Amino acid sequence: MPELSLEDVWQVLEQVKDPEIPVVSVVEMGLIRSIGWDGDILLITMTPTFAGCPALQVMQSEIAGRLRAAGAMQVAVRLTFSPPWSTDWISSTARQKLKDFGLAPPPLLGDTPGEGLPDVATCPYCDSPDTELKNSFGSTLCRAIYVCNHCRQPFEQFKPV
Amino acid sequence: MDREVKSALADKLLAMADDELILGHRDSEWCGRAPLLEEDIAFANLALDEIGHASLWYALLAELLGEDGQTYPDRMVYRRDASDFRSAQLVELPNGDWAFSMLRQYLFDSFESRHLQAISGSRYQPMADVAAKVAKEERYHLRHTSAWLRRLGLGTEESNRRLQDALDQLWPYTGQLFLHSGRPEILAAAGYSTSPVALFSGWSDQVTRHLQESGLRLPEPAHLPASPARDQHTATLKIMVADLQSVVRQEEEAVW
Repeated sequence: MPELSLEDVWQVLEQVKDPEIPVVSVVEMGLIRSIGWDGDILLITMTPTFAGCPALQVMQSEIAGRLRAAGAMQVAVRLTFSPPWSTDWISSTARQKLKDFGLAPPPLLGDTPGEGLPDVATCPYCDSPDTELKNSFGSTLCRAIYVCNHCRQPFEQFKPV
Repeated sequence: MDREVKSALADKLLAMADDELILGHRDSEWCGRAPLLEEDIAFANLALDEIGHASLWYALLAELLGEDGQTYPDRMVYRRDASDFRSAQLVELPNGDWAFSMLRQYLFDSFESRHLQAISGSRYQPMADVAAKVAKEERYHLRHTSAWLRRLGLGTEESNRRLQDALDQLWPYTGQLFLHSGRPEILAAAGYSTSPVALFSGWSDQVTRHLQESGLRLPEPAHLPASPARDQHTATLKIMVADLQSVVRQEEEAVW
C-alpha cells in the first residue's frame, strides 16, 4: 500500500462534509486544525463546531473511514478545544456555498467577541437587509431563523461564534 | 497534582457535568410540549447544548482520573445510581409550567456565564479551554432567557403571576449552584477556580436588577449555603434517572 502524502490527506478531507450542511467540507469549515504522522499513525486533529453537535461523531468516523480506504493503516482523529472554533474560520468559498444553500453565512466577528446574532441579517435569496429574527434557535445548534420582509422567504442564519 | 486538589477538582467537574446533564434532560422534556413551536425548538436546542456540555465535562473528569474518555461519559450517565449524582436541586425540580422552566434556565444561564468566564482563566488548562468553548455557545442561552423573562414579567397579569410564583419557589435553590466541591478554597488557592463568594455576589446583583426590571419581587436576599450538600437530592431525581436509564437497563448489551 503506498503511503499517503499530506497533500493526499487534505484531498481526502475535502470530501468529508458536515452532514447537516452537505455543501461544505470539514476543511472549508475550518474544523481541521492539524494533520501529521505520529510514527505509523496518521493523526488528524479537529475542533468541533458546537460542542453538542451530533454531526461531530459522524464526521470523525467518516474522516477515519475515508482515510483508511485511501490507504492509511492507522488513523486517529483527536479533538482540540483550544483555540475554540470560530465561524471566522469558514473560508470565503464556503461562505458563498452556504449562501447558495439558503443559509446566510455568519458575519465576521474579527477580534471582538460576538454579541450574538446580527440585528440585520441579509437574505441569502434576494440580498435584502430588510429581515427579521423569528427565533434564535433553529433546526440545528448552529442556526437561527429569520424571515425576509422583501421576498417573504423564511431563511436560516448561521450563528456567529 | 496534589491529592487534595485533585479530589476537589474531580468533585467540581462531576458537579458541573451533572448539573448540565440533568438540566439538559429536563429541557428535553419540553420537546413536543412547549406552548409555541419556536419555543419547542428552542428548548430542544438548549437541551442538546447542555447535554453536549455535560459530555465535555465528563470527558475532562475521565482525563483527570485516568479513565477512558470515550466510554466514561456514557457510563456515568447510564450506569450510575441516582444517589451517586451530584446535581444541584435547582436543576432536578420537575419542569412545572413554562414560566418555571424559563426562569430556572435563566437563573442557571446567568450563573453559568459568570462561572465560565471565571474558570476560562483557570490554571488547570483543560478546564480553561473547554470553558472558553462553552462560553461562546452559552451567550445565546442567556440572551434568549433574559429576553423571555422581561416579556413574561412585563406581559399580562397571568404571565407575571406565573413567573412570580416560579421565582418564589426557585429562589432558595440558587445558592447551591455556586458550590461544586466542599473545598472551594483549595481550588482557589491553586488558581484552578475562583471563590464562590465573589462569584455569587456579582451574580446576585446582576440577577436582582434584571428580575426587578422584569416586574418581579424578590422573596428574600439570596444566600450561599454553608456546604454544597450535593449528595442530597429531591425525590424527583430518582424518577428522572430511572426514566433516563430505562432503555439501557432493559437491554444491557445493546449496541447503539
